[in-house]
Amino acid sequence: MTTTAPPPAPTPAVATPPPSPSARFRVPGAFLLGAVLLFGVAPLVLSDFRISLLAKYLCYAIVAVGVSLAWGRGGLLVLGQGVFFGLGGYAMAMHLKLADAAAAGETLPDFMLLYGSGDALPWWWRPFANPVFALAATVLLPMAVAALLGYFVFRRRVRGAYFAILSQALAAALSIWLVGQQTTTGGTNGLTDIRGFFGYDLSDPVNQRTVYFVVAGVLLLLMAAARQLFVSRYGELLVAVRDAEERVRFLGYDPAAVKLVAYVVAAGTAGLAGALFVPAVGIISPALIGIVPSIGFVIGAAVGGRASLVGAVLGAVAVAWAQSSLSDAFPAAWTYLQGLLFVVAVGFLPGGLASVVTALRARRTRTAPAPAPTKGETA
Amino acid sequence: MTVILNQSFTGISIGAVLLLIALGLTLTFGQMGVINMAHGEFIMTGAYTTYVLQQAVGGAGVPLLLALPLAFLVAGGLGALLEWLLIRRLYTRPLDTLLVTWGVALMLQQLARDLFGAPNVHTTAPDTLTGNVSVAGVVLTTNRLFILGLALACVLGLTLMLRLTPLGRRVRAVVQNRELAEVSGIATGRVDRTAFFIGSGLAGVAGVALTLVGPIGPTMGTNYIVDAFLVVVAGGIGRLRGAVVTAFALGVLQAVLEYSTTTSVAKVVVLVAVVAFLQWRPQGLYTLRTRSLV
Repeated sequence: MTTTAPPPAPTPAVATPPPSPSARFRVPGAFLLGAVLLFGVAPLVLSDFRISLLAKYLCYAIVAVGVSLAWGRGGLLVLGQGVFFGLGGYAMAMHLKLADAAAAGETLPDFMLLYGSGDALPWWWRPFANPVFALAATVLLPMAVAALLGYFVFRRRVRGAYFAILSQALAAALSIWLVGQQTTTGGTNGLTDIRGFFGYDLSDPVNQRTVYFVVAGVLLLLMAAARQLFVSRYGELLVAVRDAEERVRFLGYDPAAVKLVAYVVAAGTAGLAGALFVPAVGIISPALIGIVPSIGFVIGAAVGGRASLVGAVLGAVAVAWAQSSLSDAFPAAWTYLQGLLFVVAVGFLPGGLASVVTALRARRTRTAPAPAPTKGETA
Repeated sequence: MTVILNQSFTGISIGAVLLLIALGLTLTFGQMGVINMAHGEFIMTGAYTTYVLQQAVGGAGVPLLLALPLAFLVAGGLGALLEWLLIRRLYTRPLDTLLVTWGVALMLQQLARDLFGAPNVHTTAPDTLTGNVSVAGVVLTTNRLFILGLALACVLGLTLMLRLTPLGRRVRAVVQNRELAEVSGIATGRVDRTAFFIGSGLAGVAGVALTLVGPIGPTMGTNYIVDAFLVVVAGGIGRLRGAVVTAFALGVLQAVLEYSTTTSVAKVVVLVAVVAFLQWRPQGLYTLRTRSLV
């Protein structure tokens, strides 16, 4: 009774349509709308407190940009983004702690004096006193780690579940190590109580707003860059690797290199997000980068739509907002809801909310004469 | 010499715990390819079953023995329910299964928190399992010996089940070639559910054993899940022998490192060592050779 013939599919593919001319014009519009909302509307209507919360959510959204690239487009389930977020965050926090200490006339950060870890700064802390080194390290350090790991992992064709579990193990390892090294990393508490940001006082609401603008600007720039990457030839190759890796290999490409680029870019994005998280929130700790938050970085993208850049970013902001507004008032209810989000969004709506929007849009346009297929115009 | 023997016993008992928590996964992840992140919460279910039984029955020894089969049934039942409700719809999407079962794990953790409170609870070990046995100058704690015996018994039972029983034969047939098994008249859906029941039940048994050595709390599953997966992955997916060898090797490695450094450094080195090991043998210690490209 069962037939093996493919079902008739006259409907246009809705998953990842090829870039059509109208799509090229639509996105600057969305980009402008985002810029107006983030830079114009939000600062006017939100209080100082809400603005600094929004800055925190936008940091998670920056991670989601990388997740959308690596997972949504590349099929790499990056369950260890906490590692890169943490590397970026700690690099930034170490510099800020040293700067705070220098401003207070001390040679050691306050927690080192407290734990009595000796008079000398550990050697690996020293370079972070230099602002240029620290800023570069927030992005380059995660990228270097990802490049090293990815080079070996992808070359040996470790993929799928193996890759996810490996990256998760690294997140566990980093947070366990940080907890264990209390005298040099602050242990479970992490690096807290960060007061200044390159000479500006972070307790001043005006400077908090500036930090928000920096975060929002970085997010928009990264989204624009990621969008260009998505519609480029590389973006198409990445999707091809996700869907049919062996075929791409037989066509003469090296899937390992394609995946490596996505993984490294996602790591750099997460590192940058971690670096911005530190001035925006004032803390970085092992609890923010371990196994649980690392999976949390993925869920926002899953809810909004992993393959859709805007969907992933909005999903990340929405989940972070729901978490912070619900988890204080109803901690139990929030955990159930979070679990349910995973089950429903991933299990039953793998395209996320973005796929619902696409489906609705497709239904609306189907009443009009179907547009001619726009194959082969990828110049 | 005594130090070496003592440390190797510590290592072997760490390995026994690793083996117990990973054994159920070799069946569900290894044989069926399902990444069940709620496996840790099934372990937690077993531990709480022991706690509830001790509260209800009183005493220490009888509840522990009663808890072994009961925890198997409770955790196995939860596993079968999970398989029936969610996982069977997701067999073709293993990565999504990972995230979905993580969601289930979050809910189960919160359920435990609502039922038993957020702080850890404690069980009392029976007197026979609190003492020491001294063999050739090496002090062996009886609770560790019990866990070792339990782990080996579970391995033996699972091996015999897979090798000799009709169910085991069906499981192996489905693993090797699902379509062919189906056309041969095997109800693959039912085999999947039974295998999942057994795998999750073994997690429950592990949970009973863990009440002897660690705290019982809502988040205890998260502490074990990564270790359990690493044992299965490094041992070679679907290879029982690989899981046994890897569990004991990792246990001994951890014990040696703990002796020379600190616990957290040892843990990190073991994790990194497994990641490095997979560079060398991406398919794990024992591989099932197939001609498939993936």
